[in-house]
Amino acid sequence: MDKVSKEFLEKHSDIINIKFSKYLRSFFYLFLIISYSIFAFYSLGFNKLTDQFKPDFAAKLIQDSYSYKDHINTKWSDTSDVTISYEGGAFTKYDPKDFPEWFLSDTNKHSVIFNNQGIIDIFKDRIEMKGFGDEEEKNLLLTFKLLNGKPTVEGYTFDDPKLPKWIRITENKVEVRPSLFERLQVYSEKIEIHRFQFGWKYFFFDFASPFNKYSSSELFLLFFSSNRLDPEISNARFMFNEFLSNEQWFHGLVFSSLRDTIFMAVIGTLFATIFGLLLAFLAAINITPFNFVRFFIRRFFDSLRGIDFLIWSLIFLRAFGPGLYTGILAIAFTDTGTLGKIMSEAIENIEKNQNEGVESTGATRNQQHRFGIIPQILPVFVSQSLYYFESNTRSAVILGAMGAGGIGLLFLDSIMTGANFENVAYMSILILIVVFLMDTFSQWLRRKLIGNVFVAIVK
Amino acid sequence: MNNKELPNHLKYLEDNLNKMARTRMLYSVISIAAIILILATGTYVAEESNAGSFVRGIDNFFDYPIALFAKTFDAGFSWFGYVLDYVPDLLYTFNMALFSTIVGAILALILSVFASGNLIKNKTIVWTARRIMDICRAFPELVLAITLLYLLGRSPIPAVIAIIIHTAGALGKLFSEAIENADNKQIEGLESVGSSWLSRIRFGVLPQVMPILLSYGLLRAEINVRASTILGFVGAGGIGEQLNTLIQWNFGAKITAVMFLLILTITLLDYFSTFTRQKLIGGSFIIPKDK
Repeated sequence: MDKVSKEFLEKHSDIINIKFSKYLRSFFYLFLIISYSIFAFYSLGFNKLTDQFKPDFAAKLIQDSYSYKDHINTKWSDTSDVTISYEGGAFTKYDPKDFPEWFLSDTNKHSVIFNNQGIIDIFKDRIEMKGFGDEEEKNLLLTFKLLNGKPTVEGYTFDDPKLPKWIRITENKVEVRPSLFERLQVYSEKIEIHRFQFGWKYFFFDFASPFNKYSSSELFLLFFSSNRLDPEISNARFMFNEFLSNEQWFHGLVFSSLRDTIFMAVIGTLFATIFGLLLAFLAAINITPFNFVRFFIRRFFDSLRGIDFLIWSLIFLRAFGPGLYTGILAIAFTDTGTLGKIMSEAIENIEKNQNEGVESTGATRNQQHRFGIIPQILPVFVSQSLYYFESNTRSAVILGAMGAGGIGLLFLDSIMTGANFENVAYMSILILIVVFLMDTFSQWLRRKLIGNVFVAIVK
Repeated sequence: MNNKELPNHLKYLEDNLNKMARTRMLYSVISIAAIILILATGTYVAEESNAGSFVRGIDNFFDYPIALFAKTFDAGFSWFGYVLDYVPDLLYTFNMALFSTIVGAILALILSVFASGNLIKNKTIVWTARRIMDICRAFPELVLAITLLYLLGRSPIPAVIAIIIHTAGALGKLFSEAIENADNKQIEGLESVGSSWLSRIRFGVLPQVMPILLSYGLLRAEINVRASTILGFVGAGGIGEQLNTLIQWNFGAKITAVMFLLILTITLLDYFSTFTRQKLIGGSFIIPKDK
C-alpha cells in the first residue's frame, strides 16, 4: 500500500473502521425490540387466537352482511299451511296470494326452488330434497320423515358413515346445511327452511312500502308522474318519506346520526380554533408581558390537553347527558389546549421585522397584531386547524360510541344486538365514505388556501 | 385623492388594488358569515337533539367533578392504595399500545417504501400502496375493534389488530412523505456505483429519514396509549375496562385514582416524546394529531 492511501485511511479511520461497539449497540436495540415483541405476543394471548376464533360464526356474520334470507315455515300437523317471511320477522310475512316465484304450490306438495337448482318438496307426510352438495351428492334423493314422533332421514341412522357431512341428526332435530346459502331444519313439530339470496333487499323501500312492486324504470316514471299514489302528497315526496322511514335499514336515523357526528367534529374544531387562537396571544412571550398570565395560560393548555378527550367526555356526559354537546365540548376542550399550544409557539417564532415595520407607520398595538402577526401565523393556523378537523371526524365517531351519540353509538348498538349484520356493514361503509370525504375536503381546502407546502415549525 | 391628477399607469394600478381589496373583503365576509352560520345551525341542532339543554348542563357541569373529589377526600390515604391497585391494568394497556405500535410501524415502513415515488418507479405499485394506506387509515380504530371483538370475543387481540391496521395506514402516509422529501442525491450516488435496490434504501434513504421516522413513531405510541384505553371501554380489557366498570358502579375515589393514573401517563408520555423528538431532530415539528 502506498503512502498516500495509508495516510488517507488513517485520517478517516473513524468512518472506514466502524467500531464494534457501535454494531453491538444497534444489535442490542434490535434484540430488545424482538424479545419484547415475543413477550408481548404471548402475554397478549396471540398464541391462543386459534382457540377463540370461531370460523363458522364469523362466516355466518360475514354472509349476513351481504345476503338476506327468507324463512319458509310449516308444521307437520298441516303442511299445506305455509308462511314465508323476510328474515323471519313477524311483520314481514309475505301475503299467501303473492308468494315469491321460487315457491310453487301443487295439489299434493309445495316446492322451494333454490338458486343452485336444488329443490325441497314438502309433502303431507314427508320432505324430499334433491340436488344439493357436491357432484356425487346431487343425485341423492333425501327423504325426511317423522318416525315415532322423532324426525329422521329415511334410510340412514344418525351415525351412518354414508350420510352426507352436512346433515346432523340429533334427538329431536335434523339439521341440513349443504352450503351457506341453504338450510333445512326438521323438528318433531315444525319444519323451517332458510333460503339465502345475495344482495341487500328492501334497501330503498321497506317490506311494507307500496313502492316495492315497481321496477326501477317504473319508479323513475312514478317519481315525475302527477298520478298521486297518496292523494295528500306528491309522489316524489312520498318516495322520499318512504325511503327515510325504511323499517329494515333505518335510513332516516342513520343519516341524522351521521349529521350529528359531522356537526360534532365541525363545531368542536371551530370552537377549539377560535378559543385556541385568542388564548395563544395571551400565552406568547412577545405579546403578553405579564409572566404570571403566560404561566397560567400555559398550564391551562397543558391540563386541557393532558386530560384526554375520553375523560372530558365522561365528565360532560354527566352534565349534558348523551347528545351533541358532550361530543362538541369534549373535542373543543382537548383541542383548545393543543391548538393553543401550537399557535402560541407559532406566534413566538414569527419574524420581528414585519411587526416593527407595521409599528414604524404609527400603527396601534391592535393594528400591529392584525397586520404584523396574523398574516405570518395564518398558514400554520389554517393547516393545523384543518389537520385537527380531519382527525376529529374520527374522534367524533369514537366519542359517539362512548355515549355522546351520533353514528358511533348507533354502530355500537347495532353490532351489540347482533341481529342484522348487513346494517353494520352499511353503517361502516357510510362511516368510511364520510371520513374519506372529510379528508379529501380538508386536503383540498388546505391546498387551496396555503398551497402545497408542508408547514412545520422548527425551534 | 383626486384620480384625475394621477398618471394613467398609476390610476390603473390603484384601480386594480381597490378591486383586489374589494374581492378580498368579500371573501373574508363570506367566510366569516359561513362560520357564523355553521356555528348557529350546529348549536341549534345540538340544542334540539341533546338530552338536556345547554344551560342546564352548565349548571350541572361542576357537580360531577365536585362529587368525585368529595369521595376522594373521604377515602383519605387509602386513595394512594387505589392508585397502586390499578398500575397492573395500566401496564396491560401500555403493553397493548407498545406492541401494536411496533408491529404497525414495521408494516408502515414496508408499505411506505412501496408508496414512495422516488424509490419505486412503477406508478401502479405506488398508487396501490397509497390506496391501501388510505383504507387502513380511514377506518376509525373503534369501528374495526368492535367488529373484531364481536367475532373473536372479549380479549386484547381485536384491539391490538385494529390499532395495528390504523397505525400502519397513518404512519405509512407520514413515512412515505418523509421518504419522498429525502435528498435524492445520495440515492443517485449509490445508484452510480451500482448498488442494489435494498442497499440504496439501507444506505441512501434510511440514514436520512430515521430520526424523523422514530419521532413519528414515538408520537404514534402516545396516541395509541389513548386509543387502547378507549378500546378497553368496549371490551378489550385493561385500564379502560376498569374505568368503565367503576363509572357504572360510581366508585368515586377509585374513578379519580384511575383518572389520575391516565392523566399522569399521558402527560409523562407527552413530555418524554417531546424531549426525545427534540434530541432526534433538534426541534419541535408540528405534527398532525392523527395522521
